[in-house]
Amino acid sequence: MAELLVWPALIAYGEAAFAYAGNARRPGSLGRLATWGVRLGWLAQTALLVVQATNADGFPWSTWAGSLNLFVWLVVSAYLIWGCSPRYRLLGLGVMPLAAALLAISYAAGGTDNATGAAWGDVVLVLHVGLILVAFAGFTVAGGLAALELWQERELKSHPAELLRLHVPSLVALDRLTITTVAVSLGALTAGIVPGLARLPDRGLDVLVAGTVVLWALGASVLYLRVRAGRRELAAVLALGGVAAVIVLQLGLLFAHVA
Amino acid sequence: MKLLVVGTSHRLAPVEVRERVALDGDGEAALAQRLGESGEAVCLSTCNRTELYLAAADADAAGDRATAALADLGRIPRAELEPYLYRLEQEAAATHLFRVAAGLDSLVPGEGEIQGQVRSAYERGAVGPLLDRLFRQALHAGKRVRTETAIGESPASVASAAAALAAQVFGDLAGRRIVVIGAGKMGELAARNLVSRGAELTFVANRTLDRASSLAERFGGEALSLDELGSQLEAADIVVSSTAARDTVLTREQVEHALPARRGRPLLLVDLAVPRDVDPTAKELHGCFLYDIDDLQSVVEQTLTGRRGEAIRAETIVAGEGERFQQWLGSLDSVPAIASLRERAEAIRRGELAKASPRLAGLSEHERHAVDSLTNQIVNKLLHQPIMRLKEAGLGEEDERRAPQGRLEG
Repeated sequence: MAELLVWPALIAYGEAAFAYAGNARRPGSLGRLATWGVRLGWLAQTALLVVQATNADGFPWSTWAGSLNLFVWLVVSAYLIWGCSPRYRLLGLGVMPLAAALLAISYAAGGTDNATGAAWGDVVLVLHVGLILVAFAGFTVAGGLAALELWQERELKSHPAELLRLHVPSLVALDRLTITTVAVSLGALTAGIVPGLARLPDRGLDVLVAGTVVLWALGASVLYLRVRAGRRELAAVLALGGVAAVIVLQLGLLFAHVA
Repeated sequence: MKLLVVGTSHRLAPVEVRERVALDGDGEAALAQRLGESGEAVCLSTCNRTELYLAAADADAAGDRATAALADLGRIPRAELEPYLYRLEQEAAATHLFRVAAGLDSLVPGEGEIQGQVRSAYERGAVGPLLDRLFRQALHAGKRVRTETAIGESPASVASAAAALAAQVFGDLAGRRIVVIGAGKMGELAARNLVSRGAELTFVANRTLDRASSLAERFGGEALSLDELGSQLEAADIVVSSTAARDTVLTREQVEHALPARRGRPLLLVDLAVPRDVDPTAKELHGCFLYDIDDLQSVVEQTLTGRRGEAIRAETIVAGEGERFQQWLGSLDSVPAIASLRERAEAIRRGELAKASPRLAGLSEHERHAVDSLTNQIVNKLLHQPIMRLKEAGLGEEDERRAPQGRLEG
């Protein structure tokens, strides 16, 4: 059953990625096709997660590949909140190829199977993994928004006419959205770290813990720079750095699981 | 009924001729009523055109009346006016109106005002079935062109380019504060465009306070001297400058000094002056977006190039709508035939019912109604196939409804 749902999700995400690329070259009906690709892919992946949750004996996403599957779903969900608006299609060009590629990797690594992980009763672990993944997804989307903001700032100074033709969200809207997303992600990360602290004495400090702390510090710095110091551009650069931190952490998780 | 348009536009006539045959709203309505006495008429008058759309049994006579009306209106001898007039009939007239409504015949392709002007002309006109259908379809064609192409989405003047860039930076302009430097026409025009999108003009700075006050009063702002300008930059979102000064009016240092207090809020500087009022190096500052007249003109030029490209797509839509109208126009010939067929059938049905009435005398009211309904259904079923054949030959349901009720019901 899970197999039956992975492929529609993968195909729909892939279709959305190609349609977004086509839409960037010539805005029009391809944009609508892309949006439908995201919607249908998300529905298929949601069904996949429901099937996994129903069939597994425990929390099915505690493995690296499983968590990647959940991470992709969270990223697409966050994007879907406003991403279906035509003005955010350029963001989809960044998000959907990533989603398609990561879902394919998760599938290849067995993250979409009916894996048996930690027991559902292990609320601490479920909360920890769930909230950390929400934060990772949020920082990823915030990074995409920050990239769009920085790119737009440059275009506004150098090629304003071409920018007007692309119909992207305004600079102020992107700034506001980036900061809101970082704030929500930082909240989720903080809430996710707290249950993890209970396990810290057994686990000890390692690269993953250090990386999570770095990501937290990065999020806090973004908020401080933007809200208190009024350094919009530097805050956007740091928010973009959040994506790099998430990638490093995901790789760290992979190595930790392989080891 | 034949459809025709007689008119003049910026393509044929200079402004000296166009202004003489121009009409205001009341004039459009009055002339439409006068010309509509022998058919249907709509007068469309904008700064670029005056056109009379007519539906009449005798197209030649209607065309003559329209030409005479325009000559009277402009007090121009008919022979002098005729070289500036065009006259189109049937499909050509319809396609012309569709192009007009879509903004394809405008000076700036895709300009949006024409759609409202066509709607107003239609509402003031003396319309019957033909012009009603024509204008509704023209408005539909115009709407399709606007939604299915990007022809009307980009700015087509320096002032609207500045407003579009402001919207790209700030999004919604409601509540954004504008400071205008200089009390010239260009600055006023740009400010007016921004104000129409919700921004507020807060200050006008000028060398002479009298002129600044005059402009500020019109927009509900305050006047400033140029020396006080620096202190207002911290609160301003958009600065529009258009003085005749030979030297820099707004220095990089002034802008740099204002930026920290803005706490990351972008500052948009629009410099419409030549020589430039704002130090061009201010563009390098983070959060500061500076556009001079060349930047804005380049936006307009690229926009117009884009609009011309979109116009090709728009023409395809208009051609499709023209074809649809042509089919409808062709089907009008079948309407009398179908109405007559129904009339004849209904007469036979009523005649037979009348003949049978002595034998039906004993029936109750309810039973009489059932017999009437039954015969009606039989007639309808018998007529169904021939009517469908007529419809296949181009008759639409809509035309049936438009046929006079008396003929349909017998």
